[in-house]
Amino acid sequence: MTTEIPMDKTSGTTEVPAAQATPIIPLPQAAARALTVAGSALALAGTFLAWTWTEEFPGNLTVTGYPGGLQVLTLFGSLLTLLFALTGYGIRGLGWLTPGGKNSPVLLAALGVFGTTGYAIGAIAQELGGLVNLEPGAWVSGIGALLAVIGALGLPVDQPYDAADPTPHLWGRIRHSLTAPDPGRAKDLPSWAEILIIAAGFGTGLYVFSYGIGTEYSEQFIGFLIVAAFGFTAVNRAGLLKRLSALTAKHRNVTLGAAFAAAICFPFTQSNDQFALIGANILIFATVALGLNVVVGLAGLLDLGYVAFLGVGAYAAALVSGSPASTLGVHFPFWAAVLTGAAASLIFGVVIGAPTLRLRGDYLAIVTLGFGEIFRITMNNLNGNSGPDVTNGSNGIPQIPDLEVFGFNLGVPHDVLGHELTRSANYYLLMLVFTAIVVTVFRRSAESRIGRAWVAIREDETAATAMGINGFRLKLLAFALGASLAGLAGTVQAHVSYSVTPEQYQFAGSVPPNSAFLLAAVILGGMGTISGPLIGAALLYLIPAKLQFMAEYQLLLFGIALMLLMRFRPEGLVADRRKQLEFHETGQLDLPEDKPLPDGATGVAKAGA
Amino acid sequence: MTTTTTAPTTTVLAASGVTMRFGGLTAVRDVDLTVNSGEIVGLIGPNGAGKTTFFNCLTGLYVPTEGRVAYKGTVLPPKPHLVTQAGIARTFQNIRLFANMTVLENVLVGRHTRTKEGLWSALLRLPGFKKAEEESRARAMELLEFTGLAAKADHLARNLPYGEQRKLEIARALASEPGLLLLDEPTAGMNPQETRAAEELIFAIRDKGIAVLVIEHDIRFIMNLCDRVAVLVQGEKIVEGPAEVVQADERVIAAYLGTPFEGAPGDAEAAEVEAAEADAQSTEEGDDK
Ligand SMILES: Nc1ncnc2c1ncn2[C@@H]1O[C@H](COP(=O)(O)OP(=O)(O)OP(=O)(O)O)[C@@H](O)[C@H]1O
Ligand SMILES: [Mg+2]
Repeated sequence: MTTEIPMDKTSGTTEVPAAQATPIIPLPQAAARALTVAGSALALAGTFLAWTWTEEFPGNLTVTGYPGGLQVLTLFGSLLTLLFALTGYGIRGLGWLTPGGKNSPVLLAALGVFGTTGYAIGAIAQELGGLVNLEPGAWVSGIGALLAVIGALGLPVDQPYDAADPTPHLWGRIRHSLTAPDPGRAKDLPSWAEILIIAAGFGTGLYVFSYGIGTEYSEQFIGFLIVAAFGFTAVNRAGLLKRLSALTAKHRNVTLGAAFAAAICFPFTQSNDQFALIGANILIFATVALGLNVVVGLAGLLDLGYVAFLGVGAYAAALVSGSPASTLGVHFPFWAAVLTGAAASLIFGVVIGAPTLRLRGDYLAIVTLGFGEIFRITMNNLNGNSGPDVTNGSNGIPQIPDLEVFGFNLGVPHDVLGHELTRSANYYLLMLVFTAIVVTVFRRSAESRIGRAWVAIREDETAATAMGINGFRLKLLAFALGASLAGLAGTVQAHVSYSVTPEQYQFAGSVPPNSAFLLAAVILGGMGTISGPLIGAALLYLIPAKLQFMAEYQLLLFGIALMLLMRFRPEGLVADRRKQLEFHETGQLDLPEDKPLPDGATGVAKAGA
Repeated sequence: MTTTTTAPTTTVLAASGVTMRFGGLTAVRDVDLTVNSGEIVGLIGPNGAGKTTFFNCLTGLYVPTEGRVAYKGTVLPPKPHLVTQAGIARTFQNIRLFANMTVLENVLVGRHTRTKEGLWSALLRLPGFKKAEEESRARAMELLEFTGLAAKADHLARNLPYGEQRKLEIARALASEPGLLLLDEPTAGMNPQETRAAEELIFAIRDKGIAVLVIEHDIRFIMNLCDRVAVLVQGEKIVEGPAEVVQADERVIAAYLGTPFEGAPGDAEAAEVEAAEADAQSTEEGDDK
């Protein structure tokens, strides 16, 4: 007899008639909608007026007739609110904007405007010393945003209350008013139109992303985060993301192509080398995170010392780079250096993996954590005093010369299509090639016999071995593959950052990538997906880089953010269908319609399917 | 001990002197068992008798303290994946599917030992890759068809009803193209119709030329199904023989059912319910592996 009684997974949702939800603020519907439209129009108009009298506040908010800095963000937000609010009038041609929720997107967008405008007013008052420094424009936008929120709170709620809790309290009602039903199936468009929509989606994504990277002061970045977070959620509640991901699931290769096209366009949107450098570093971080995703996301091996493999690759590349500080004094061509780095990481991975992968779960985590630190300390000690002189100890290997690929010196700017690509932009593009390689490796290995065996081991190692899978061998394979992918990225990283030092490869530090941040990027983004770690890495790199003023609290805030995420969205930002069902017991049979194996680009689609 | 072999056939499984001790507890004591090709053999016994432990010894999950297990004449190494490779597949008493993989993927994992595509082949999409994948899929779909799960190929395993999960475990085991299938309580938790369907399925498996060794508490199921039944009590095999003989054996009645049950079909059920309840308390950790 079995001791495990199966949970009631098949019973389907309970069919109690659901209680009709009431708006938070009781207003006549027409009045509420009019108020929302008027409020957001007012907020929008306010951005064309001056918000403060002095240019001391960054972004120059003093000009009338030309929004700048934080005003632009309010402008975008209120435009979005206005659009969503107007669709409520059933205006022809706008209906496609809200296939899912109708009113919750309005509320979310309005909250975004209110948030960013309120933040701007607060920041001006705080930095310039009092509310007297505000010009009327700020009040116009602020009051407009408030009215829009009040109006939106009076709009009908998109779906009835949960049958399980028909009379929620205020907080429950507010949360409920932000939810929306899923959109129905879209009618089929000609495929050129669908591809065009995908391209437009990625274009928008690229624009938002490069705007975020291009923010010049932390106030602007915070405003950006507020608008982007609320705007993103609003668009999601409106059902647009699900529609889009249904399309991307249908045209997977087009989607990958579009994603890379958008990524290639990025350096052409930046004239500032500093921003291109951020882009290159994000790519390095993201690529390593994706490599870690093979180990953690597919095979389920918790590796807390993964950054060491990046370090091995970087050190190997630095030693053969021809740097005058290198003790080897050789100068390999680029391709040979890459192979050296990957091979060194591979060997290191096997050496560490062979004894440790016989352990399960927690033990493995502890041992990898230890090995990660051992790597750093060893690099410190190979300085000629405590050991043979190989790595110059804590000084590291500086003055790593720039790469030359096909006679193309990456260290100097090049003119391409009338746009000057700076040094960092060159490295960004090189790194993009590596990212493409790692994405391909991830995708192809996941969708193969080997990938299935990894997932099986993650799911239930005993059952997997009983199915004929050599657990140890396959885990070692995952570990070694992950290690060499990190090593690949390391070879480029050494050149991008000019030097390698042991302190770059810690368990937790202020500058990503380090092991903790890598793991966080994978978990925050979504384990086992492709786009998840990429998005997670971008966020985890950008936020600390842009908000330098809170560097001291960085790890604290990071911890809090991670806890909140695990509480409210344990499957990560991008969920594959498995995770979605794993963490949210929906009680309903899923009705899949796509291919069985998930991958990043299609994850959300399946979640919504 | 009565050993009755009806027709001269090849021996698929030969376990001799298998003993498994956990510290002071001897869960399996000196058990001999053979299974011949084309046979369905039943293994019964009260809760905690050591049936699952014996299975684990056969499949390499446990290394038996003493004794040896041979499959078609070769002694098996105590490594689960090598045992599967050799041709013994199994299901688990407490269902162990890959819950977050689809039904089809579960069966594809079962095909692991019978396919060869390595990492390079997958990464570079070498010529054979696509063909091998398609073949595997076709084969897996056949098995899903065979077990009646084809319509649910793309569902997550965790979302299947209980009876279908058991069937999927069988499909997954069959995917490794075994010569011997070990089933640990395949009908536990099934309703009478499902149990009947499971009987049909096991007969169909036998007709494919796969020998079956099945643990079961449902006496009627065992009676219908098995050519031969072995009874395990407190780790020892006390009787072995045709189902009717075993059923009538006094030692079995005393040890396993407690009360005579002929002519009182309700008793069997009652004993079963009792057994289930006792089991829930006593073997929590015991049958975990
Ligand atoms: N890994 C283990 N460590 C210690 N004791 C164990 C272990 N596995 C099983 N046992 C013990 O061995 C005995 C036999 O257990 P087993 O699970 O084989 O019984 P079973 O015949 O399968 O019973 P059931 O009909 O309830 O499934 C039990 O007393 C159990 O507690
Ligand atoms: Mg058992």
